Amino acid sequence: MSSSSPMAVDDLRRREERIRLALLCLAFSSVLVLALIILFVFREGVPQILKTGIPAFLAGSRWAPTKGAFGIFPMIVGTVQVTLGALLIGVPLSLLSAICLSEFASRRVRTVMKPLIELLSAIPSVVFGFIGVTVIVPLVRETLGGSGFSVLSAALMLSVMILPTVTSIAYDALRAVPASYREGALALGATPWQTVTRVVVPAARSGLVTAVILGMGRAMGETMAVIMVAGNAVVVPTSPLHPCRTLTSNIALEMAYAAGAHQKALFATGVVLFVMIFCLNSLATFIVRRR
Amino acid sequence: MDPAVRTRNERINRLGIGLSYLVTAAVGLLLAAIVGYLLWNGWPRLSAAFFLHHPEDLGRGGGILPVILSTVLLGGLSLLIAVPLGVCTAVYLTEYTTEGRLTTAIRFGAECLAGIPSIIFGLFGFILFVVTLGMGWSILAGALTLACMVLPTIIRTAEEAIKAVPAGLRDVGYSLGATKSQVVWHIVLPEARPGIMTGIILALGRALGETACVIFTTGVSLETPMSLLDPGRPMAVHFYILAREGLSMEMAYTTALTLVGLILLVNVGAAWLLARKRSS
Repeated sequence: MSSSSPMAVDDLRRREERIRLALLCLAFSSVLVLALIILFVFREGVPQILKTGIPAFLAGSRWAPTKGAFGIFPMIVGTVQVTLGALLIGVPLSLLSAICLSEFASRRVRTVMKPLIELLSAIPSVVFGFIGVTVIVPLVRETLGGSGFSVLSAALMLSVMILPTVTSIAYDALRAVPASYREGALALGATPWQTVTRVVVPAARSGLVTAVILGMGRAMGETMAVIMVAGNAVVVPTSPLHPCRTLTSNIALEMAYAAGAHQKALFATGVVLFVMIFCLNSLATFIVRRR
Repeated sequence: MDPAVRTRNERINRLGIGLSYLVTAAVGLLLAAIVGYLLWNGWPRLSAAFFLHHPEDLGRGGGILPVILSTVLLGGLSLLIAVPLGVCTAVYLTEYTTEGRLTTAIRFGAECLAGIPSIIFGLFGFILFVVTLGMGWSILAGALTLACMVLPTIIRTAEEAIKAVPAGLRDVGYSLGATKSQVVWHIVLPEARPGIMTGIILALGRALGETACVIFTTGVSLETPMSLLDPGRPMAVHFYILAREGLSMEMAYTTALTLVGLILLVNVGAAWLLARKRSS
């Protein structure tokens, strides 16, 4: 900037333009990574799904990769059961603590509890899995019977793992409800609890649904922790005390030694998981946009 | 209002509020219980030797020195790759363009990436970096995969930090004749640094605890990695193998304690940075 001759200004402008272009290219990195993931995982997996046949792959109950039988129905059922179980236990707890922190707790309680709940999300999933094996599995075995390695144990563990995600997003949604709504309800003689359940929660509905969907995505995508507690048997579980295998565990358990068509079938499992999660996230984005 | 209804409403009110407090207290206790449980079981074996010795007998004895080395290399390298990409993306999104189709596409990409489970990153890293690009199981392949995974975290936090820089500061820069890149580099980024650092530290915490995505890209070798193309065994993977294969419960507890301690330290550091920024 020392000289302001037309030439220097032109140079400067060209340099700025180059910087802008470079930043634009770098900004596409996340889109590029997403595209590469889709390209590479689908390129390995989709041909195998088509070879097995879409109905046979998705609805087949026999998984014997060394004999060429690739049916992932038990894993889909396992994933759905474990995820729904985790939501059933985790969502009420998360919503109650979000309501408490947002509506009732004093400022001091909030400043202590919010970071604590967020720290819970920093604990690595393998550690949750380990605690699942050493605490939850024996507990389920002794109180309810069975081996303990079960849908229920996995759901219990996952419900704790999704707590921080669901709580903090639900908290933000509740906080975004204007104070005038609460004042109006209280002025009409509603108790604080009625205000929360009949006014604040309905007003924050779309944000709360997003919180649940994102928690669902987290539960569905969890791998190592679920492997450690779910038992991993390839059967359609008919009781919460039966063992099960999820889509994620199917990949992680067999990737280490799989080759050929077997490995491609694991990528195909990944494709199914990816599509499920992608639909969930699109739904969450859609709900946020509509708000 | 009917007094009976009012009494009932008030009872429900007290019950509801009490229940919500109870649940919140239980959740808070949960974290304390987890940390306490790991401390109780892992503390007795924790010593300087545990950090400084090589593992013996597949990890049943000795220490975890090569594991610590792999973890540090992986964490550092993945940040080295992801931070410039993430911060540049955030700068472009906030400073160089207005909301439009382009920003929607980039944000959508980042959001999708944030939702993808780590095992899919593992599959992707395995097929692209390990197999197709021929890196083999290596620190480099693992770091690249982790970088892809933490990228959205860094973008989002950096974006928020940059947005929080007051517009007036930029105007001062422009009024002195600075160009856009000079304003970004000398005014906006220094001002947004604590926020950006917080995001980087959160990303580091996530990278350190990750298992599914590195086990198929970095490998499980217990040898000390001598170059970035050597395989290694990050701490979370080491812990997973110890616990899952039942090699040694004592070593598993101690490794878990080390891992959780490290990650909590990193997260508390991030919170401290943010608090210091707010107070200044």
